[in-house]
Amino acid sequence: MIQFINVSKIYENRAVGLEDISFTIKPGEFVSLVGRSGAGKSTLIKLLIGEEKPTKGRILFGAYEVNKLRSTEMSQLRRQVGIVFQDFRLLANKTAFENVAFALEVGGRPQSEIDEFVPQVLEMVGLPSKRNHFPNQLSGGEKQRVAIARAMIHHPAVVIADEPTGNLDDINSEEIIKLLLRINELGTTVLLATHNKEIVNKLKRRVISMVDGRIVRDEPNGKYIIM
Amino acid sequence: MATVLVMVLALMTMQALMLFNVGTTTAVAAIQDKIDIAVYFKRAASEDSMLALKKTVERLPQVKNVEYVSSDEALADFKQRHLTDLTINQALAELNQNPLPGSLNIKANDPNDYALIAAYLDKNAPAGLIEKVTYSQHKNAIDRLNKFVDTLNRMGLAVTLFLAFAASLVAFNTIRLAIYSNRDEIGIMRLVGGSNMFIKGPYLVTGIMYGFFGALVAIILMAPIANIINPYLVRLVPEVQLETYFYAHIFPLFGYMMLFGAGLGIISSWIATRRYLRV
Repeated sequence: MIQFINVSKIYENRAVGLEDISFTIKPGEFVSLVGRSGAGKSTLIKLLIGEEKPTKGRILFGAYEVNKLRSTEMSQLRRQVGIVFQDFRLLANKTAFENVAFALEVGGRPQSEIDEFVPQVLEMVGLPSKRNHFPNQLSGGEKQRVAIARAMIHHPAVVIADEPTGNLDDINSEEIIKLLLRINELGTTVLLATHNKEIVNKLKRRVISMVDGRIVRDEPNGKYIIM
Repeated sequence: MATVLVMVLALMTMQALMLFNVGTTTAVAAIQDKIDIAVYFKRAASEDSMLALKKTVERLPQVKNVEYVSSDEALADFKQRHLTDLTINQALAELNQNPLPGSLNIKANDPNDYALIAAYLDKNAPAGLIEKVTYSQHKNAIDRLNKFVDTLNRMGLAVTLFLAFAASLVAFNTIRLAIYSNRDEIGIMRLVGGSNMFIKGPYLVTGIMYGFFGALVAIILMAPIANIINPYLVRLVPEVQLETYFYAHIFPLFGYMMLFGAGLGIISSWIATRRYLRV
């Protein structure tokens, strides 16, 4: 599904983002990517969705070779990936419904599809009653669920969550993780980048640990162990 | 708003230049049409030799047409023109022969060729046939007029280009600001897989709209201006009917300006989206 082959990313100021990263994620896996801030988790995700180009190495995503995509193909790739961020990235002037619908509009999908799929996906994240609320009328956990709904609207093969619980309290964090697990049970591959030790240890799934741009540990049923 | 305004300025200058060009071309053509070379024959020249020269000259590729005026025709014409002038009539009556020579009026396709034609006549006309050839004064006048028109054209073009550049810069900046204020939305569009054209499209359309509205305002403003300056122009060169031309060609004029304005707009927005919309 996802394969990094000897990938390095060195920034112009010679700061090392990633150093010789290789790993494979199979379809249907739930992988946690852990490490301190600055360990390279976000860089790795940016490379995976083509926002930045690697200095060296190859990145495969399904049939795509991400580091060689042109911008027209890039948008197709991004429709097969759902992305969730720590800061939600919802549009403040759109309601929950419109924020989710926006992802379909951008892809040029017809209104009939929007009317059918958006309520379904809002139902799935447990927010059917808040569809007409604006982001500032929603709690942090609710906002993140809208963001997950938006990520899921294209039925992506992979959901990437970059510190999705970073701005949430424990209870809301747990709910979000449960939601991600449910998405994973439905067959979607999940890549969760986090530095929340408790969450990772509870998951008992595969853990890739990063330090200073390198992978130091990659274990199934892993734990959050960073020296 | 400022963008449309500067666009209007640039397009107005361009339009003025286009109209000016039509005006001067008509004026120059009108004046050129009045110019010819006159070949005055000697009194003794026979009509046959004059007509023979006419035939030779007509065969020159530079020559548009040749008109033969016999000495009798010249006299009749002269009398006609001075019908009421007693002195001239008396003087003519006292001469009992026709004082006016036969002549050829030669029109060239290109006024620059008059020197060539004159030289040809000088060399090839049978000796003792031609009294004199007049052309040089005309040529100077035409040259000066052409130079004047050229200079004005070049200045107009420079002003148009300068204003076009200013208009592109303003359009560029407006679109840059629009992109900046929409950066969140654009970021999310990219995130959820908005295609290149889907994200850039609205800004390119905005650029085209600046050109469209600029052209619209420019043509609306030009109508009263053409009205006002037309009488003065007609007094200067009667053949130039600016107003008539303007209304007869209002759609092509509008079309050119729209193309030019939209071109400027789309180039500016294209560069702005390329620089500030990393997709």
